[in-house]
Amino acid sequence: MANEGVNPGRRRFITATTAVVGGVGVAFAAVPFIKSWNPSAKAQVAGAPVEVDLSKIEPGQRHMVQWRGQPVWIIRRTDAVLSRLPDLKDRLRDPDSQVSDQQPGYAQNDHRSIKPEWMVLVGLCTHLGCAPLYVPEMLPQPFDSQWQGGFFCPCHNSRFDMAGRVYQGVPAPTNLRVPPHRFLDDNLIQIGVNPEGAA
Amino acid sequence: MSSPHPIMRAVHGVQAWFEERAPGARQWWNRHAAQYYAPKNFNVWYYFGSLAMLVLVAQIVTGIWLTMHYKPSAAEAFASVEYIMRDVEWGWLIRYMHSTGASAFFVVVYLHMFRALMYGSHQKPRELVWVIGMLIYLVLMAEAFMGYVLPWGQMSYWGAQVIISLFGAVPYIGEGLTEWIRGDYLVSDATLNRFFALHVVALPLVLLLLVYLHLMALHEVGSNNPDGIDIKKVKGPDGKPLDGIPFHPYYTVKDLFGAGFFLLICAFIIFYTPTFGGMFLEPDNFIEANPLVTPDHIVPVWYFTPYYAMLRAIPDKFFGVVVMGAAVMILFLVPWLDRSPVRSLRYRGWISRLLLALFVVAFVVLGWLGMQSGSETQTLMARIFTFYYFAFFITMPLWTKIDSTRPVPERVPAHD
Repeated sequence: MANEGVNPGRRRFITATTAVVGGVGVAFAAVPFIKSWNPSAKAQVAGAPVEVDLSKIEPGQRHMVQWRGQPVWIIRRTDAVLSRLPDLKDRLRDPDSQVSDQQPGYAQNDHRSIKPEWMVLVGLCTHLGCAPLYVPEMLPQPFDSQWQGGFFCPCHNSRFDMAGRVYQGVPAPTNLRVPPHRFLDDNLIQIGVNPEGAA
Repeated sequence: MSSPHPIMRAVHGVQAWFEERAPGARQWWNRHAAQYYAPKNFNVWYYFGSLAMLVLVAQIVTGIWLTMHYKPSAAEAFASVEYIMRDVEWGWLIRYMHSTGASAFFVVVYLHMFRALMYGSHQKPRELVWVIGMLIYLVLMAEAFMGYVLPWGQMSYWGAQVIISLFGAVPYIGEGLTEWIRGDYLVSDATLNRFFALHVVALPLVLLLLVYLHLMALHEVGSNNPDGIDIKKVKGPDGKPLDGIPFHPYYTVKDLFGAGFFLLICAFIIFYTPTFGGMFLEPDNFIEANPLVTPDHIVPVWYFTPYYAMLRAIPDKFFGVVVMGAAVMILFLVPWLDRSPVRSLRYRGWISRLLLALFVVAFVVLGWLGMQSGSETQTLMARIFTFYYFAFFITMPLWTKIDSTRPVPERVPAHD
């Protein structure tokens, strides 16, 4: 290529502007490709609230429903279970539910629920999302010789108590999540909606 | 030079016609095969590179055939795999070839990587060959993981749930990132569909490109050998290394022999123990995915278990994921961590031999631990071996330097 009569300033300007315009173009063109991976409109509307009839759940029983595709547990806790909850505090990582993302304000209490008897939890381990097992019996377990009843995640041995509070020394960082829920009447609970007046 | 026979003349004519129109073809063949001089002392460890390419081709061919019958949707995927296994003529064989091929790929790649560590093939001037190889290993792990999700069994589902949740450990953007990867609030049809696209189209293309670059980078600097001798130092009057032989036909024939042996072993597994006792295909994956119930004992396929054991050994989500990622990433640095003046273990002292042997033990034991349910003793073992795994690499600059060495000969030593 002949270099006579070349204006290097002009050549540099054209190279730079082409690079900048091209770069901006690539950045904009990438947006639809990246955004198309987000949850689609269809997936977003699939998160409708779920209603559950509580009258058929026995004391100590765990009932499982699906909300937004995730397992949600409704556990009817006995008085014996509730009376043990305060004893565990020094073995737990967040006994007073300080991490506010893990439960709505109205469940930030010692029993982590609206009514002490009814525990509502998203049944996915806060470590890597496995579904923990329900091990309510107060018996020594291979994973914990002083087991007080609760939930055990088989994936990475995380343990939670009967209020979904995480034990110390396990990989799960936070307590199990309490989903928004409200009582429509004494025997009917709705998952996915906060009580009226609550944030 | 024209052959008197008319058929030979026609063949040569076609050849000449072709070469005039594709001028680089013969040079390319010479450069990478017929006149690519490889050290004459390759041993059994040098099979695994060509075997990895063989498995790649086999996976692509069987994979194409599987896509002809497979349905990438949460509603139909599991049933379509059963359809392949029961109703498609020879479908079971093609699927078992593909599933066995996945494990065979990792066997071959792990041995290939160990060969490099043993003979110092990562050392100067082959750093780039090693780094591209590590990229292949990374893409291969992604490819294998996404492939395992496709049958939409319990292990597919919960494996995907766990692996995608690993990205949730990234500070601030973690949760959004996992939603973006899944395309939903949980692993779902959207996730399966995109994994299918990545597994079948995107990642194989990347793999092919990387394998090509791996070979080109290797042929630029030349192959290493079990003695770690630089054969380019001593050349004959024709400018060819005296200890080198043309890759074709010498090593193509040798590799074909190895391929026959390898395929025999693969055939035995495919025909007699395709699940390999639950190691290649896990029992829980013959149950359809259920988003409400996690299998009691969730483990990845064997080739991920060493890293999985490390993840499980760390009682903290963020730090656990960091350790797991670092375990893979630290391998990229090996060419710069190894400060030994000699390449091959054959000329290194007892420290290198001992530590490399212990490293193999640590890797295998971690792999075994990753398959166990994880009792307190096992967690302790996993912590000890994870510590050793990292200590091996982090202290490598030190022990490779202080270890004694023997002088490396100029020429490849004669064999009996």
